[in-house]
Amino acid sequence: MRREGSPWQGFGAVFLKELADHLASARMRVLEWLVVLTAMAALYSAIDRLRETTAEDPFLLLRLFTVNRPPLPSFVAILGFLIPLMAIGLGFDSINSEHNRRTLSRVLAQPIYRDALLAGKFVAGLATLAVSLLCLWLLVVGLGVFLLGVPPGGEEIVRSLVFLLVTLAYAGVWLALAMLLSIVFRSAATAALVALGLWLFLAVLWPMLAPAIAQIVAPPDLRMQLLGLPTLATLEWQQGLSRISPNHLFGEVVLAILSPATRSLGPIFIDQLQGAVIGAPLPLGESLMIAWPQTVGLIAGMIVLFVASYVVFQRQEVRA
Amino acid sequence: MSTDVIAARGLTKRYGEATVVDGIDFAVTKGEIFGLLGPNGAGKTTTILMMLGLTEVSAGSVQVLGCDPAREPLAVKRRVGYLPDSVGFYDHLTATENLAYTARLMGITAAERPQRIHDALARAHLLDVADKRVATFSRGMRQRLGLAEIVMKRAEIAILDEPTSGLDPQATVEFLELIKELKSEHVTVLLSSHLLDQVQRICDRVALFQVGRIVLLGSVTELARQVLGAGFVVEVEAEPAPGTELESRLHAVPGVSTVMRTGHDRYRLTADRDVRPEAARAVVAANGALRRLSVDEPSLEAIYARFFQNQPSGNAGVRDAA
Repeated sequence: MRREGSPWQGFGAVFLKELADHLASARMRVLEWLVVLTAMAALYSAIDRLRETTAEDPFLLLRLFTVNRPPLPSFVAILGFLIPLMAIGLGFDSINSEHNRRTLSRVLAQPIYRDALLAGKFVAGLATLAVSLLCLWLLVVGLGVFLLGVPPGGEEIVRSLVFLLVTLAYAGVWLALAMLLSIVFRSAATAALVALGLWLFLAVLWPMLAPAIAQIVAPPDLRMQLLGLPTLATLEWQQGLSRISPNHLFGEVVLAILSPATRSLGPIFIDQLQGAVIGAPLPLGESLMIAWPQTVGLIAGMIVLFVASYVVFQRQEVRA
Repeated sequence: MSTDVIAARGLTKRYGEATVVDGIDFAVTKGEIFGLLGPNGAGKTTTILMMLGLTEVSAGSVQVLGCDPAREPLAVKRRVGYLPDSVGFYDHLTATENLAYTARLMGITAAERPQRIHDALARAHLLDVADKRVATFSRGMRQRLGLAEIVMKRAEIAILDEPTSGLDPQATVEFLELIKELKSEHVTVLLSSHLLDQVQRICDRVALFQVGRIVLLGSVTELARQVLGAGFVVEVEAEPAPGTELESRLHAVPGVSTVMRTGHDRYRLTADRDVRPEAARAVVAANGALRRLSVDEPSLEAIYARFFQNQPSGNAGVRDAA
């Protein structure tokens, strides 16, 4: 049975309305200020530290993102932690609030498919995040130029823009997850709590649990232990498990893109490094190759979660 | 029939084991006000959602304006307006902004939008609050805004689900007036309700739902005849001329089924139509002194109560109706 008409009909209207709602909402403003202020604090202390080493570094702009000065974490670490919060804040009540306000059946009685409503909401959330991230990026670059007095190079700009796109994909994963929960749970509070629970679990608990589980699944070899070396199987399990968390994937991509000297994201043997000049930066293409699987993983995660919410939403009853 | 705008045949909806709508058949003719009646949970809203393609049909079929809502939902939804049970709007937007959003969803062009929104708000008497946020609106105003949306859509069929439940009497009267205006513009109105007297006031025909089935279908008068035996109760207060009696004469009036003497000079007739003129003529012909003549139209309430009591129809029911 083929449906008549385009699933995109009404998409633009939904997109524009949701975008306007997001940009005007008090919730979004609070989240933006939270991100901007913490990020600025991290940035300021990073700049402080960078001033000491300005002359030696060819990738000064990228250092702005990654350098940390205790007690503050680096700018990217803060983003990795707070962006899920922002995405959840945008998505956790997107469908269930329509149910609860009893607007859903009225909107769906207009000549549009459910596809347009869901896709419009998702893309609007993504666009809101993109706008905020772009502003943040411009702020960082501007502050860098202003306070360090060194203009950024072409490759630095490209790398930081790639970083921006990956961050958007990372935010998209959390947005899709939050929307899925907003469809599954009729109460917005439940959806928010479950989303925040998952966020804390994946960001804080999972990095601690993954090594423990890896040790159980692949117990370390006694001989290696006596030599003070990790067992390869355990290490691989640990890495594989860690990569379930989008936070970990994001961290790996950031490492590869923003630290051009990164040569591998997994375990590496000494003989593989033969002839390599340790610490020499890789060309952009090579860095992208290293980060590619993780980037694809993030985008795939976003799509899978969106498709799941699509399927659940299509089968859901409209009536409250 | 070519004038049928909605036709349901064997329409069925099951949720797992439970059958919510069980093989109903009905047709709605263009331009009439059709009432779906029944207690809560009888399957009215589910029937409506199936007509809009918002929920899948388990068996049978429904045609709306010649289209199958499951296959061509956009074509149906372009021409049908729907006011859901306790309609909601975006509280942080104004009435105009809310309508502008749905106008965009309907695909009304930007050039046409302001005029159509203005006209619709004017029709629903909401112009003076057009730029107020909907959060400040009363329930009656929200319902009227929902109706304004249907007006703006220029829908050929307006489907209203429990439009007057929870409204105060004043708001109800205003709302029913608006529905009548729609009818005068040849819009077909489908109305679901459990508030019987309102349905009776405006509906041309009603379908009575009971646990997923339509148990009665027709105009109120027809239903009265079907359920109560006779629909109209005429009270006659007349003094018979000395030596004569009125009872048999009144009984002879065509259409009268029973005559009861309720007092020294009072008679209660039950009839299948309004027999006041004939009754008056009969009294006068017998030289009686006619003092009072009144009629009670059959009330849907009585039909409803009688039907759900599941008692054989008889005079007792008619007396309750009166």
